Amino acid sequence: MIEKHYDVVIVGSGAGGGTVAEELGELARAGKKVLVLEKGPRFTDDEFDGHELSMAPALYADEGGFLTAEGTMTLAFGSAYGGSTVVYTGTSMQPPERIIRRWGVPGLDFSDLASRAEKYAAENGVHLLPHALLNENNLLFVEGCEKAGYKAEQFPINVRGCRGSSLCNLGCPNAAKQGTHRVQLPAAERAGVEVVTRAEAIRIEERALLVRVQEKKPCAKGLPSEWAPGEYRIRAGAMVLAGSAIGTPALLLRSELPGISKRVGEGFTCHPAHILAAEHSRAITNDVGHPKSFFLDRSEEEGFLLETCMYFPFTTAKNLAGFGAPHSQLMHAFPRLQMILVLACDKAVPGNRITVDRAGKPVVHYRFTPSVIASLIAATRTSARIFFAAGAVRVHAPSADPPLLENSEISGIDERIHERHFKEGKISVSAAHLMGGCGMGSDLSDSVTDSYGRVHGIPWLRVADASLFPDSLEINPYLTIMALAGRVAGKMLEERPWQ
Amino acid sequence: MSPSPFKPVRSVFRAIATAVVPEAIQLDEKAWIELEQIIGAALEAKPSGLRRQLTLFIRALEVLPIFRYGRTFQALDPSRRNAFLLGIQDAPVLLLRRGFWGLRTLIFMGYYGREEGRSETGYRADPRGWEAPR
Repeated sequence: MIEKHYDVVIVGSGAGGGTVAEELGELARAGKKVLVLEKGPRFTDDEFDGHELSMAPALYADEGGFLTAEGTMTLAFGSAYGGSTVVYTGTSMQPPERIIRRWGVPGLDFSDLASRAEKYAAENGVHLLPHALLNENNLLFVEGCEKAGYKAEQFPINVRGCRGSSLCNLGCPNAAKQGTHRVQLPAAERAGVEVVTRAEAIRIEERALLVRVQEKKPCAKGLPSEWAPGEYRIRAGAMVLAGSAIGTPALLLRSELPGISKRVGEGFTCHPAHILAAEHSRAITNDVGHPKSFFLDRSEEEGFLLETCMYFPFTTAKNLAGFGAPHSQLMHAFPRLQMILVLACDKAVPGNRITVDRAGKPVVHYRFTPSVIASLIAATRTSARIFFAAGAVRVHAPSADPPLLENSEISGIDERIHERHFKEGKISVSAAHLMGGCGMGSDLSDSVTDSYGRVHGIPWLRVADASLFPDSLEINPYLTIMALAGRVAGKMLEERPWQ
Repeated sequence: MSPSPFKPVRSVFRAIATAVVPEAIQLDEKAWIELEQIIGAALEAKPSGLRRQLTLFIRALEVLPIFRYGRTFQALDPSRRNAFLLGIQDAPVLLLRRGFWGLRTLIFMGYYGREEGRSETGYRADPRGWEAPR
């Protein structure tokens, strides 16, 4: 086993790890050795071809279909230089004050978090797209919301030179999306931070990390690792874990560090989501233009969010309920489809957690609580009303049986879309906002870290990703992750735990 | 190219796939092989146990209709095939529902993952975005 020495090692290069890497760039400039390890590969710009079946296996863990232990929900998270910031739609929401206060984490100051989020929003070019670049899939949502008595809000997004490919979730083919792979990581590397891809963190030891560097498979997308394939022991003065709400708890559980909180893995939330589709009588612009420009926030009132979306043929097909002729007819109406993603604002509950199996692989346990099911049903009913108000002729609702509702059925929406049709294993539920597992709090008894991501009882170990969330954020999480990561890095620069 | 994962159960797999995506009845042998290879490539990265489970599940779908209709799945007419699969999709046993969800997902991947399957839907996304000819 090859042994290497660094002052700081960061595990993960997404919103959390990428941000910490940039902030610790000043250490690298001062001659300290800072290393980022990323499990996924680094891609060249010309490899983003926009094809669902070539990009999903390259960019996502389990091709975007990581199954929960119960087999009733799939989870999508990126595995690449830049983590999930390569595959999200660039939606960049400020941390919601209501939620940060409700979390009640001692020492976590909302205004500090908000100002840090503003800094990263400016750095990553977050802005509202001009009206001329909005497609009909989005504008019909706004119109439907208005007619149904709601006010849609526009998502600030982090793009520079967006050409409207609509392919954000397959990695922007035009290098427009400003994830950490475009902003924070290149800045960190310019400062002297070393980034090693295809490097999986296996186990943490006392100020050391076992790492396996994978060989690039023949014909696989992405560049080979910067290091030779093999196993490494990396000695580090300090370590920052930012491998996601699944990867970070799993790494800690595999490591069985003495004295660590028994709450590692607990408090997992993920905003379980459905994709809804509605058919219009005419073709609309839907597969061109930014796909997720608007949202409706009903989190406080009804526990859900609605977001515009547009997916690719296979993803759409698997998320529509049913099969056979009705399913095919809807698929063949693609140019006339409007889509809405409904997300339930779930709460951290006992049992929904990360564990590891005997081989050390992460296992996500997730059961839908009655309140999550109620939120998904309420969200689906509201979406159906919005679709019809926007002029749709039929709506596909997974929790209706049969799933297609004609516009003549508008008065029967509450009866047709009902909890009794929410059958696990039949309905597709997916999630991409993975949160919790190393929650912040006061001490070992209630949490894994404090508000600066310092792991209770292990002064050289920090966490800086969405696993810090003690409960769900109830909005798209990336800017909040970056703000928290910036806070973790700032405290490290003050405390210098590598010494 | 990945080998077809359905060789031992090819005819029943194709019968199920045709019930899931009725347009699949028009596929020629070359297109079927492409569909199966797409699925095979996705399954290559999965544990071999999963492929065995899948084959077993497809065999079960072939024989289970005997208890209801007195015939195997392949011997049923299209409307009974459809009714049988609807019953599996709605089965009280989660394992059956999950198994069918997984199988239909793979069939959709194979069918809509092909260039022809994609373009049949009218999907036209292009990296050039607004500048692409439409």
